[in-house]
Amino acid sequence: MRLVILDDYDLASEWAAKYIRNRIVQFKPTADRYFTLGLPTGSTPLGCYRKLIEYHKNGDLSFKYVKTFNMDEYVGLPRDHPESYHSYMWNNFFKHIDIEPQNTHILDGNASDLQAECAAFEQQITAAGGIELFVGGIGPDGHIAFNEPGSSLVSRTRVKTLAKDTIVANARFFGNDLSKVPTMTLTVGVGTVMDAREVMILITGAHKAFALYKAIEEGVNHMWTVSAFQQHPRTIFVCDEDATLELRVKTVKYFKARMH
Amino acid sequence: MSVFKCRGGISGEMPSNKSVSDAPITQFVSCRILKDHRLQWEDLWVREGKILNPEKLFFDEEGFADHKVDCGNKIIAPGFIDVQINGGYGIDFSQASGDIRRGVAQVAKKILEHGVTSFCPTLVTSPPDIYHKVIPELRVQDGGPEGAGILGIHLEGPFISEQKRGAHPPKFLRTFKAGGVADLMETYGHLDNVALVTLAPELANSAAAIRELSGRGIVVSLGHSMADLSQAEEAVQNGAIFITHLFNAMLPFHHRDPGIVGLLTSDRIPPGRMVYYGMIADGIHTHPAALRIAHRAHPAGLVLVTDAVTAMGLPPGQHSLGQQQIDIQGLHAYVAGTTTLSGSIATMDMCVRHFREVSGCTVEAALEAASLHPAQLLGVSNRKGTLEFGTDADFIVLDDTLTVRETYIAGQQVWRK
Repeated sequence: MRLVILDDYDLASEWAAKYIRNRIVQFKPTADRYFTLGLPTGSTPLGCYRKLIEYHKNGDLSFKYVKTFNMDEYVGLPRDHPESYHSYMWNNFFKHIDIEPQNTHILDGNASDLQAECAAFEQQITAAGGIELFVGGIGPDGHIAFNEPGSSLVSRTRVKTLAKDTIVANARFFGNDLSKVPTMTLTVGVGTVMDAREVMILITGAHKAFALYKAIEEGVNHMWTVSAFQQHPRTIFVCDEDATLELRVKTVKYFKARMH
Repeated sequence: MSVFKCRGGISGEMPSNKSVSDAPITQFVSCRILKDHRLQWEDLWVREGKILNPEKLFFDEEGFADHKVDCGNKIIAPGFIDVQINGGYGIDFSQASGDIRRGVAQVAKKILEHGVTSFCPTLVTSPPDIYHKVIPELRVQDGGPEGAGILGIHLEGPFISEQKRGAHPPKFLRTFKAGGVADLMETYGHLDNVALVTLAPELANSAAAIRELSGRGIVVSLGHSMADLSQAEEAVQNGAIFITHLFNAMLPFHHRDPGIVGLLTSDRIPPGRMVYYGMIADGIHTHPAALRIAHRAHPAGLVLVTDAVTAMGLPPGQHSLGQQQIDIQGLHAYVAGTTTLSGSIATMDMCVRHFREVSGCTVEAALEAASLHPAQLLGVSNRKGTLEFGTDADFIVLDDTLTVRETYIAGQQVWRK
């Protein structure tokens, strides 16, 4: 893996955004050969999205030939609910760039047949030629997407019930009313993300430090599903100083040296 | 302001944009729009004369804009709504001479320049034959390139107080014989297309009239009145929800009997109801300090009105209003031969600017006092007075000095500077 450590959140966001920009630009996508990008939600990637929007507005990055696949969406939440991931992606990203609506793919948590929706999503990824770069985050419990502790490391897109920790963490977006927080989601599986040609995980903040430690300094373990990426040929972990607080000094020094 | 067609034939096949409707979609960019009581850097999307929800368009229809309009970082606000305007540009709505509809249409067109997209033509105290002749000619109608839309007629009088008649001719004042429908119908003839009635609640038998009018969805406004606070509160309990040009033509505020002005802080307003009050913010009808007192006491109820008279838009001199002569001197309009004010000649955009300047309120509050609040008063805020999705696309483009640069009705540009 590559472990890229930046001083703070803004620098980490910028590094990640530049990486995505450069990958897309160097790929030279066309109508016959789209760049497929996997995307996360949550507070961590907001800075990265802001920078990507900036690069687009500067004329340095077009999303015209980019197809996006989001990691997850709540089940049963109306699509236009302000906390749905559709709303998140629209407000924080899609409405500011030149991506075409039919090139965006977000799981439909209100589909009448959720299993079929998940299977269809996997097919859409395959039809698009697989994911070129999957960008993700990590939960405090080490989960990737909504692959909560105990999820199979070869799982595919499916319905998942949220762990209590996650529901509590999400309550702040639902007026701190636990009864209003969705309890189920549709999520890509660990295996789905592992199929991507390249994976970039964004991890910032001290509250994620322990999860990062478990993910990269301990073994591959389904209790810390991000650890699965130790077995992916091309993974980058982008973090800020605070996220490295639980790592060995030796690990941090090694990777910092590689950046110069 | 530049208009450019986007996504024009760059790379062959364009996916269809026609899932829900064939109508073209316009996206106004580089603008700050008044939404949720704040100016926000957001684009405004319009289709088929209504404000469109772009997120639904994106996800549900996979649609996109056909035209983009660059607003040069200006402000987009809902179009102004004037609920008290007696005429202008030589036209007097209360005169039944000539082609009434054409006269109203002339004013409706000119006020687009002031950012007014909807209005209530106002008739001052007149004899019954005038009402019977004029009211049927003033229909509720949508606005468009021909002019601002009419939301209904404002009947200011004749059931008002003699002592507080202001510029209204005394010989046509009336009282309620029995109250209720009979008096109203005898005087007005028709109540269709009437949106507001101003009356003095201290007149005997007014309660029945107030209840009758409110029951028909007509806004009852207290004005030109000698009522004390308890009479005013009783009127509110019977259904009155507006005060006509606060401070003018009513008893002054007194600390032991606040009069109609006391409604602003009354604790006897029925729950769930709010009393709105018209304010002529022309710098003449109300002292800035009084304007500030009212605004601070009850900001949500403030409705800017022009109470503009025939002479608005005309050069100084003598002109007619209702059955009387008025005299224009500078920005003042007097009953000829007296010092009684006879309505104002300020325009709505002037009022908005003046209000903001003397009250120190936010730009958003000043704009809402001329758009959202009158819409709420009239019960039409589900389609007018806001930029909410699904409402009528009646809006104005202003610069940071709050000068109106462009006016749109149903998404169509109907005036530009």
